[in-house]
Amino acid sequence: MKKRLATMAVAAVMAASPVLADLVFPSLSYRTGPYAAGGIPFADGYADYFTLLNERDGGIGGVMTRVIECETGYNTEKGVECYEATKGEGSLVYQPLSTGITYQLIPKVEADGIPLHTMGYGRTSAANGKVFNNVFNYPANYWDGASIAIKHLLDENGGDLSGKKISLVYHNSAYGKEPIRTLEELSSKHGYELTTIAVDHPGQEQKSQWLQIRRERPDYVIMWGWGVMNQVAIQEAANIRFPMENFIGVWWSGSENDVIPAGEAANGYKSLNMHNIGTDYPIYADLQQYVIDAGKAAGAGDQVGTVLYNRGFYAAMLAAEAAKEAQRIHGEAEITPAMMRDGMAALEMTEERMAGLGMPNFGPAFSVSCENHGGSGQGKIQQWDASAQQWNIITDWIDSDKEVIQPLIMEDSEAFAAENNITPACADS
Amino acid sequence: MTDQFLFGVEVVLNGLMAGVLYALVALGFVLIFKASGIFNYAQGVMALFAALTLVGIMEGQVPFAHLINAIFGTEIHHFGWHVPALAAILLTMVLMVFFAWAVNHFVMRHLVNQEPIILFMATIGLAYFLEGVGDLMWGSEIKKLDVGLPQGASFWIEENTAFLGSENFFGFFIDQLDIVATLVAAVLVVALVAFAQYTKQGRAMRAVADDHQAALSVGISLNFIWVLVWSLAGFVALVAGIMWGAKSGVQFSLSLIALKALPVLMLGGFTSIPGAIVGGLIIGVGEKLFEFTIGPMIGGATENWFAYVLALLFLVFRPQGLFGEKIIERV
Repeated sequence: MKKRLATMAVAAVMAASPVLADLVFPSLSYRTGPYAAGGIPFADGYADYFTLLNERDGGIGGVMTRVIECETGYNTEKGVECYEATKGEGSLVYQPLSTGITYQLIPKVEADGIPLHTMGYGRTSAANGKVFNNVFNYPANYWDGASIAIKHLLDENGGDLSGKKISLVYHNSAYGKEPIRTLEELSSKHGYELTTIAVDHPGQEQKSQWLQIRRERPDYVIMWGWGVMNQVAIQEAANIRFPMENFIGVWWSGSENDVIPAGEAANGYKSLNMHNIGTDYPIYADLQQYVIDAGKAAGAGDQVGTVLYNRGFYAAMLAAEAAKEAQRIHGEAEITPAMMRDGMAALEMTEERMAGLGMPNFGPAFSVSCENHGGSGQGKIQQWDASAQQWNIITDWIDSDKEVIQPLIMEDSEAFAAENNITPACADS
Repeated sequence: MTDQFLFGVEVVLNGLMAGVLYALVALGFVLIFKASGIFNYAQGVMALFAALTLVGIMEGQVPFAHLINAIFGTEIHHFGWHVPALAAILLTMVLMVFFAWAVNHFVMRHLVNQEPIILFMATIGLAYFLEGVGDLMWGSEIKKLDVGLPQGASFWIEENTAFLGSENFFGFFIDQLDIVATLVAAVLVVALVAFAQYTKQGRAMRAVADDHQAALSVGISLNFIWVLVWSLAGFVALVAGIMWGAKSGVQFSLSLIALKALPVLMLGGFTSIPGAIVGGLIIGVGEKLFEFTIGPMIGGATENWFAYVLALLFLVFRPQGLFGEKIIERV
């Protein structure tokens, strides 16, 4: 009897104890609602990368990984609820894939000491790691994106944009307004005329905006859209016969979802990207063998290689590499969120490292530091081939204009620090 | 004529066309409200569901494929055939009639004589249920909808109006899809009005709308009429889904087009079919003209809120809407 009681007590203690052996990577996903088409491939890519690590390598540094998915529906309140519901699980890093959720989480993660990675979205000035100790936005941010688009146009125009007319069509939200200041600064520097045209959420009806573009005949249109706004804008641009090769979307306006509904009319449309595309990488063979063929994929396996799947896959890879870095720095396999932050702040993504992972040239080479949480700020331009139904990368990595962007980052982050009584300093390791 | 004036005319023309598209959504609300006093929150989702079903049938997609594959470990996605657009529209309509029957059989008939707010709440539940079923049945990815409707500027109109202005005026831009939508809406309204006025079922529908109990007392089947009305609303939802889906692809944000119908209903009245059209036209022209004239001065993106402001202004003077029935309660 005593033996049985002792066994039951041990079992009860074991059951009640938290599972310490997992490295927890929460995924604040949106597989339902108006933005599901963008949320699903990203969430699939994110989950599949960690499944691959578990199945092929036995996790990271001998510790299995665990992805906790929480559905946000791209709703800010639900995103915050998901954060609160999952942070107690030992979550190492959050990637909410929403600028709205990011803004709400920034004060929370700073208080809780849990890293937040907003890759190509969120608060741009979080690149200043001395103010935002726990927020990272490498490899590139919105302002880098605006600058990369202008640099591409400079390349196309022999380095001179003076007298050119550029319109920014943007989602009328904090996200959509992000590039305006940068584009205005760059307009002063390069002499182009900038017009900003707002589109209200969700962007299902854009007739007024595109009639304005038809009247004003800008030389180029840059788009900062998400969800249905992208598809409608591309269709409306085609309707007014705006030259597609002069229409450039940010990286959130450049997935297959955005161009396929417009059919042939979308041919030639361009967008930015912060990583490479397709499946021509050694790691995808492993993914097929260990995850897809084994029936362990997060989704139906039909999103592999799409732009947003690759983005989720890339985001997971960067998280896993930061976790490895944290394990190396602290000499412990079971890392805490604070250790994870140290790993992220010391992350160095070299070409050799990416090649070693089976992802050569998948993203830009960059290094993160205490001061710079924004990475290299590089991006590429891709162009849609409607007949082949695929994106083609048409440039090498383009550097953003740090001369213009860095002062803006410092100005904004220092204003944030002053408002919130933060003394800029590196986080304690 | 000055270019600015011509641009204004172009904005008005496009506003009228946009208004027709809003009215297409509003019509579904009117039909159900007129016959049953229910504000159908699910109308936008019905448009989404109808469009999803249409594309699914056209592409030979296996319904509930993800669910089937997850349960049975199979790998089925498509039947391997493509169904012509017209046949797919008919099959979708059959499904919408079945949906109408199911709504009545499982929900509405159990709520007869309940407060309007209860019925409204039921349609909220219905909207979420239908959205979930649509996702499970056809998946969440964006689908291209091609039923052969023309899209893009009408060259003929552009070329034949370009002479009106200077070299900076390029002729009037009119989207061919909008022209088709206008014609379809006109036919739809005439057909619906004729149906309501000149057919036995239409008269029965109006009788139910006037007084449920009186209609029942003369032998009109409430169940039949409600199935009929929900079927008609399903058909209107399908038409709206096709027109809007052709613009943006079929995706879950399609359900948000209902937001565009609300100011139209406030303005045109909840009980008038012509009111939905006129309301749509006023909202369409009003919001586009405001955006054209005032928008640039205040940062643009005025259309969403201005439509509601316009509708509220009308409500102040005509609470029942332009064509709504005046509510007189004698005590």
